[in-house]
Amino acid sequence: MSPSTEASTAARPRPRRRRSALQRKQTRLAWLMLLPALAAVGFVAFYPLGQTIYYSFTDQQFLAGIEPTKWVGLENYKDLIHDTLFRDSVVLTIKFTAITVGFEFVLGMIIALVVNSGFKGRGVMRAMMLVPWAIPTVVAAQMWKWMYNDIYGVVNDAGVRLHLISHNVAWISQPNTALASAAAVDIWKTTPFVALLLLAGLQVIPTELYEAARVDGASAWRQFWRITLPLLRPAILVALIFRTLDALRVFDVFYVFFGNRPDTQTMAIFAQDAIVGTGDVGYGSAACVAIFLIIGVFTVIYVTFMRVEQQ
Amino acid sequence: MSSAAEATTRAPSVARVRVRKPLRKRLMRIPFYLLIAAIFIYTVFPFYWAIRSSITPESDLFTTPLRYFPAHPTLSHFREVLSSGEFQRALINSTIVAGAVTLISLALGSVASYALGRFRFRGRAFAMYLMLSMTIFPQIAILGALFTLINKFGLYNTLPALIFSDLILTLPFTVWVLTSFMAALPKDLEEAAYVDGASPLQVFYKVLLPLIAPGLVTTGLLAFITAWNEYLYALSFTQDPEHHTITVAITTFTSGKGNTFELPWGQIMAATVVVTVPLIVLTLILQRRILAGLTAGAVKG
Amino acid sequence: MKHRRWLVLAVLVGVTALLASLVASVGNARPTATKASNAIAAPPVPNAAKLRKKFKGVKLTFVGDNAVGGSHVRDLALAKRFTKDTGIQVKVLPHPEKSDESYSQLARNFSSKSSAFDVVMMDVVWPGAFAPYLVNLKKPLGKAAKLHAKGIIQNSTIGGRLIAMPWFSDFGILYYRTDLLKKYGYKSPPKTWTQLGTMAKKIQAGERDSNPNFAGYVYQGNSYEGLTCNTLEWVASVGGGHLVDNGKASINNSKAAAILNLQRSWVGTIAPRGVTSYTEEEARIPFTNGNAAFMRNWPYAYSSGVAAGSKIKGKFSVTVLPHGPSSSSVGTIGGWELGVSKFSKHKPAAIELVRYLTSPAVQRFDAITNTNVPTIPAVAKNKAVVRTNPYLKPSIATVARVARPSKFLKGHYNEGSKIIYQGVSQILNGQDAKKVLPSIQSRLNRILR
Repeated sequence: MSPSTEASTAARPRPRRRRSALQRKQTRLAWLMLLPALAAVGFVAFYPLGQTIYYSFTDQQFLAGIEPTKWVGLENYKDLIHDTLFRDSVVLTIKFTAITVGFEFVLGMIIALVVNSGFKGRGVMRAMMLVPWAIPTVVAAQMWKWMYNDIYGVVNDAGVRLHLISHNVAWISQPNTALASAAAVDIWKTTPFVALLLLAGLQVIPTELYEAARVDGASAWRQFWRITLPLLRPAILVALIFRTLDALRVFDVFYVFFGNRPDTQTMAIFAQDAIVGTGDVGYGSAACVAIFLIIGVFTVIYVTFMRVEQQ
Repeated sequence: MSSAAEATTRAPSVARVRVRKPLRKRLMRIPFYLLIAAIFIYTVFPFYWAIRSSITPESDLFTTPLRYFPAHPTLSHFREVLSSGEFQRALINSTIVAGAVTLISLALGSVASYALGRFRFRGRAFAMYLMLSMTIFPQIAILGALFTLINKFGLYNTLPALIFSDLILTLPFTVWVLTSFMAALPKDLEEAAYVDGASPLQVFYKVLLPLIAPGLVTTGLLAFITAWNEYLYALSFTQDPEHHTITVAITTFTSGKGNTFELPWGQIMAATVVVTVPLIVLTLILQRRILAGLTAGAVKG
Repeated sequence: MKHRRWLVLAVLVGVTALLASLVASVGNARPTATKASNAIAAPPVPNAAKLRKKFKGVKLTFVGDNAVGGSHVRDLALAKRFTKDTGIQVKVLPHPEKSDESYSQLARNFSSKSSAFDVVMMDVVWPGAFAPYLVNLKKPLGKAAKLHAKGIIQNSTIGGRLIAMPWFSDFGILYYRTDLLKKYGYKSPPKTWTQLGTMAKKIQAGERDSNPNFAGYVYQGNSYEGLTCNTLEWVASVGGGHLVDNGKASINNSKAAAILNLQRSWVGTIAPRGVTSYTEEEARIPFTNGNAAFMRNWPYAYSSGVAAGSKIKGKFSVTVLPHGPSSSSVGTIGGWELGVSKFSKHKPAAIELVRYLTSPAVQRFDAITNTNVPTIPAVAKNKAVVRTNPYLKPSIATVARVARPSKFLKGHYNEGSKIIYQGVSQILNGQDAKKVLPSIQSRLNRILR
């Protein structure tokens, strides 16, 4: 095949941005290889996505078939902008995302470093690391809800016994501890995801780099800062992007803990409630599109940052 | 270095001198150890609590003052769970779905990552974002339409319905993670292979794939667990216990009495333990394998 | 290193094998509802011969109760008996465990005009929403309906059409600790809310000396449907109306405000601060573990109180909920009904299945084997039934049963209920009822038009 001969004649690893025959062939090949994955996801996701966008311009009801569905244009979106409940849910979700992603990143980094190092307890860490991620979310949420209970919860029991708190606290009911208690569960549950990704990234960093640095007399902290972090950047960014996207769509923990409490609704709960609870699929779909755009903004920020970094 | 010199000149307290430097280091490590311990407890305690709950008789589960280990441990919850035909069936279903999703994700994802990570072409960024855009919608948004699609193809109440739906959840991050691994490999890696007359696919299979092994294992594991724990689609697209997965089966446990309220918590915890332990074992085995592969010199020069 | 890995694996395999053999040798321990002494057979189908002639070979799909446990066993037993007697095949499909999911499943099925389901089991608040999709049962089952409790039948008659037959019912009751009442010198359970408050306060104060986790009064205070049930009981029992009366929201009145503010004052004092996140189980657990003096809950909690190993066995009883000074006790209707889908291909046969399932004989069967509350008062008086369900003694069984406003809210019931429980949740968490009720009322009226 031509790539072998043409590549060997090219002095530089990559040809310049000229539409050469090689470029075109490579492009075709690339798209061919991409197609299965894109098709699999696209096929399953495009129609539903399209339908959601379509519904957002109508007054479609969940209990359909009684009244005909009308086209309402931008009315759903206009209502959405004035909906304070939606606004509150966006603020809450962003707050939640900032807290959880921050903690998950720090904890995940520590765990990944520990497991990757020569630290004595790393075998146990490695085994236990995945446990929270492995427990189904619905079960984990209920379990934590009962751990937080103000009469028979173990968090209160241990806290009082260890003199960390003076009396039982209603973690879930009280507005000032509600967000933190939900965040603690999400951090617990998904830190393994971040840790695992960072660990995989750590494992491909060649050990020679560290040896060279040690010979040069660099301290552990300096090695971390100068070698580990830069080489880990792609893994960090991928972990951050996906964790942020997931955190922005959080649903289960909040639903099990708070039900439909107005002050602790996340964007996803708002959307679900609009579609299934109220039955207003049109409005709920508009909310979903709005959520999509909000999350899209975050994505663009991350990706721009990543592109800047690569250059 | 200096302490060694000191050691030779301070004969009587040789032993003490030899431990002086390590002692200081050890002292400085105490906050570090405390932090590790705290993280360990945070991570593991809830699971311990689940185990403790799974061996506590139902009536003792929530008595105060709390017992951190039951007075009368029992295996009855495990017995009930493991002997339940529905649960066994659900375990099989979950394994099939998660296994299929993982294999398909890795196969399609790795090929796609080869294209996205090693080739430069117009529309590359667009394809990456397209992949990502699938994960930006809340699950509820696509649930209704997905349901219609599945009905149209007659896949309602079948396992393939779940396999296809779960791909939406696993393919995006699989592609992204593997792409970043592919892109991180040295730029002229394929050169040598091309010179030897290898085709792109051979390059992919023989050269690149082994080098991103940690990425494959990681995304495989994450994909497996994501599909294993998926709840909403499994609940909405299946009807009878024949096709339930583990997550749905666990939440449909009832106490044996005819009401929809009472949660047989002991059984649910036992089921959770039963379902989680194999995943941990799987991780342990796989993780050792990556480390072993790497230190054997897979990291090229 | 390598050896160690294989060793670990071998140990794990060995332990698993050991556990598996342990399980197998002990034999199948399937969760069943029936105690041997209570087991009776599914009753025969009346008119079986006629039905067999008319409908033999017809296949029906019945969306019944939860997948695992006593209810499903009951459904299967009844379906089997029905098939045996009439030759009509009945396939039982268990509905999803969570109420929302169950509702969604039916909604999706009806919206797509699917003929997949013939007979469906519905929560008592859903017929209002599903009315357009259900068959009018008044002609074929109107006479049989007269046997059932009036309140439930009224709830299921919308626009003159009887669209669902009651199957088994729930209503809110007050659980109380008989031993603690005696200990603190009370001869009988509280009759008014103020009495409840006084008693709970005294008992809690006394018990807290030895048990810091003790609470006076627990109920379902989370922001969800269960709070609507509790609210209806509070408001209706003090003469504050039924949340919606005659098609218009009626919750904004002084009596309702008074009782809601009273409940608000109790959160954190005689009711635990966390009560605003409690659902049914979170209220039941403290009570059945001896950590509460009073509980409002559905009858289901009774059986765990008398189960072997229960900490309160023999120490508790049930009665009607308290009421206001010049009103009477009420209980919110909960429970399930059966309907026939308009899109079913076998409507007459489906109606016969419903007739059988809601017959007095089957209600008796269900009450005894599953301790479900029958909707036919005559069955509720049956001695065997009362023996297994002591909360059916006449003083309790005759309490006025009030229905949530699903009849008026129809397809908007979920939304209306949300307006109610979100508002009341705000009150319980500290806001003044006088400020919140007007907005609840106006928002309800907006969707009641």
